[in-house]
Amino acid sequence: MTPRHLFFMRLRGILRKEVLQILRDPSSIALAIVLPLVLLFIFGYGLSLDAENVPIAIVLKDNGSTARDLAARFDQSSYFKTIHLTSMAQATDLLNQRRVDGIVHLQSDFSSSLFTRNQSPVQVIVNGIDANRARLIQGYTRGVLQKWIELRQARGEPVVSPSVKVSQRIWFNEAAISRNFLVPGLITLIMTLIGILLTALVVAREWERGTMEAILVTPIRRVDLLLGKMLPYFILGMLGMGLSVAVGTTLFHVPFRGSIVALFILSALFMLASLGFGLLISAAIRVQFVAAQISIIAGFLPAFFLSGLVFDLDSTPRFIQILSHVVPARYFVSISHTLFMAGDVWPVLLPNALALAVMAVLFTSLAFRKITKRLEG
Amino acid sequence: MDFLRRIIALMFKEFIMILKDPKSRFVIIGPPLIQFFVFGYAATYDLKNVRYAVFDESRTPESRQLLSRLEGSENFELTKTLLADKEIDFVINREKARLVIHIGPDFSRNLHMGRSATVQVIVDGRNSNVALIALGYIGNIVEQYNRELVKNGVVSMNGPGVELVDRAWFNANLQSRWFIVSALGGIISMVVVMILTSLSVAREREFGTFDQLLVAPFNPAEILVGKSLPGMVFGLMDALLFAAGAVYWFGVPFRGTIGALVLALGCFILTIVGVGLLVSSVSMTMQQALLGSFVFMMPSVILSGFATPIENMPHWLQIGTLLNPLRHVIVALRDIFLEGADASMIWHQLWPLLLMAGFTLPLAGWMFRHRSQ
Repeated sequence: MTPRHLFFMRLRGILRKEVLQILRDPSSIALAIVLPLVLLFIFGYGLSLDAENVPIAIVLKDNGSTARDLAARFDQSSYFKTIHLTSMAQATDLLNQRRVDGIVHLQSDFSSSLFTRNQSPVQVIVNGIDANRARLIQGYTRGVLQKWIELRQARGEPVVSPSVKVSQRIWFNEAAISRNFLVPGLITLIMTLIGILLTALVVAREWERGTMEAILVTPIRRVDLLLGKMLPYFILGMLGMGLSVAVGTTLFHVPFRGSIVALFILSALFMLASLGFGLLISAAIRVQFVAAQISIIAGFLPAFFLSGLVFDLDSTPRFIQILSHVVPARYFVSISHTLFMAGDVWPVLLPNALALAVMAVLFTSLAFRKITKRLEG
Repeated sequence: MDFLRRIIALMFKEFIMILKDPKSRFVIIGPPLIQFFVFGYAATYDLKNVRYAVFDESRTPESRQLLSRLEGSENFELTKTLLADKEIDFVINREKARLVIHIGPDFSRNLHMGRSATVQVIVDGRNSNVALIALGYIGNIVEQYNRELVKNGVVSMNGPGVELVDRAWFNANLQSRWFIVSALGGIISMVVVMILTSLSVAREREFGTFDQLLVAPFNPAEILVGKSLPGMVFGLMDALLFAAGAVYWFGVPFRGTIGALVLALGCFILTIVGVGLLVSSVSMTMQQALLGSFVFMMPSVILSGFATPIENMPHWLQIGTLLNPLRHVIVALRDIFLEGADASMIWHQLWPLLLMAGFTLPLAGWMFRHRSQ
């Protein structure tokens, strides 16, 4: 029996135990397979930052053909669902009751001042409570107005067009579909769940149940224990990732422009960093209840808030930006956004991969040190 | 009297379970508060310091005037001045800049000849929301510049023009922080309460002490009350602390009444305690309980209207969100904070919560007894 032979024997033993434990408690498999599917469906079908059919009130006090022409542009836009009213009082009532999100007001002298004073205001009032939505609605109204001006020009009707025009191109995501950036972000969240949440309990559980003492008296070494705890969950995590990518690209038509090899290698790095972090919590805390809390507080929630998944990091105060650098999810969100939408842009991928590799090594070795083979912690 | 004494005894036990361990004492108060502040700063849709690059082929006073408006805005931060077309690719692909402003060589000539001049804006769409908002900001800046051109007589009004006058009610500066921070407390207190209660029965099951509890002279209702009180107390305490933090630290206006706030949070936490205990009562191990609470929490955060508006969801899903307790409390919190609702105005959000609590709590109590090996 060579030492290598013994190593594999020990590893096989501990792996067998871990795999059996996973199989006998199907909740962890459910987390790796069922939860991603449920979340993908919710994300894919339900979650969107793109407003459509926004209810708005149009107060048309001018019955001229020009004003009606403009109002018709709002009716035809797929962004809006319009309600026509004749008085501002009615419209503000609806806005206050939140039956409409905005008001477009064309005053009675709209056409006359347009042709006599050469200038006519279109008043737009939006409900500002949800600032993001309000800004999008303002953007849509500006777009409708712009289209109307172009239409009048095309028909040869007198209208001034602004001297400076903006021609916009959105790269990687021409139609600015928010799903295309939310689904790759979701994959990060799913992998974080499997990597940190599941593993946070696995060592603490042994201590709490007293089975660690049983392991301590076996010839199993710390390396074997660490590998035995990591490998099964690594496979579960990669399964969850693969499933999410498959569903995201086929069912929700999220583009994937990078290479599968790059995705596999980089997500493996992220998985290792997450697993290392989870095991470190588990080995250091030794109490499942607290380990669970910590894994959510330090693992899951930062992956949602401090990763650029939904909220843009560049706009946050400096100390948040600095803090976000210790969150592994931050690097993987950037990686998956780039891989899905832009392709294998190595100058972006490499620094992120390097950071993940450093974290993987750091967390795993810390976890390794914390898994002591002594009873007193 | 006997009933009360037994409940108090049980309550003591539950509180001691949480408070005797310094680590678990800490995780209930410290981290939630830290999170509230960190996330309060992190969760924003307002753009600041959007990195942009400029490729100005015109290099005239007119183009510089337009660009100086961008430089003066705190929303944007100039990172690079480009000299060639192909550099645009480079800076966008490598995320050196979120957007590139390209002004063609004939910009000022077009302006002076009365033709319309074009500014090309190329945006990185990897975060589509940032892209759209940034384009909105630029649209505003260009619009102001156009008005200035007419005023300064650089170009003349050659026909009738329309002018867009934008106003936002309730939140004139369109700050998204108010909207987000007012709801954030609901989410974090849900996480605390959910973990606290979902692990409480599962832990006893895993250790085998739950059977002792069942044979002790307690009836399931008493166990239920004893198990829910710590979650109620700590959850409400955390949530009220967050509300105070939102007002005094983040400067979110508080236009409603304190009574309405306490009532809304109380009903919400009662509902969450119910869900947590239900998850706990069907779980045999702490792992199952933890994963069970995630299966509940993840969709509820996503479908709560916290980060993306409910109005953007398809109709069937909007109806589905009515079953989500978090959705109701977030609407209530925003109404109370930002629109000045009192207790009677949030009743529409409260009764669904109470209904859910009235369903989950008894069910959990029933499960205590019926799910034992």
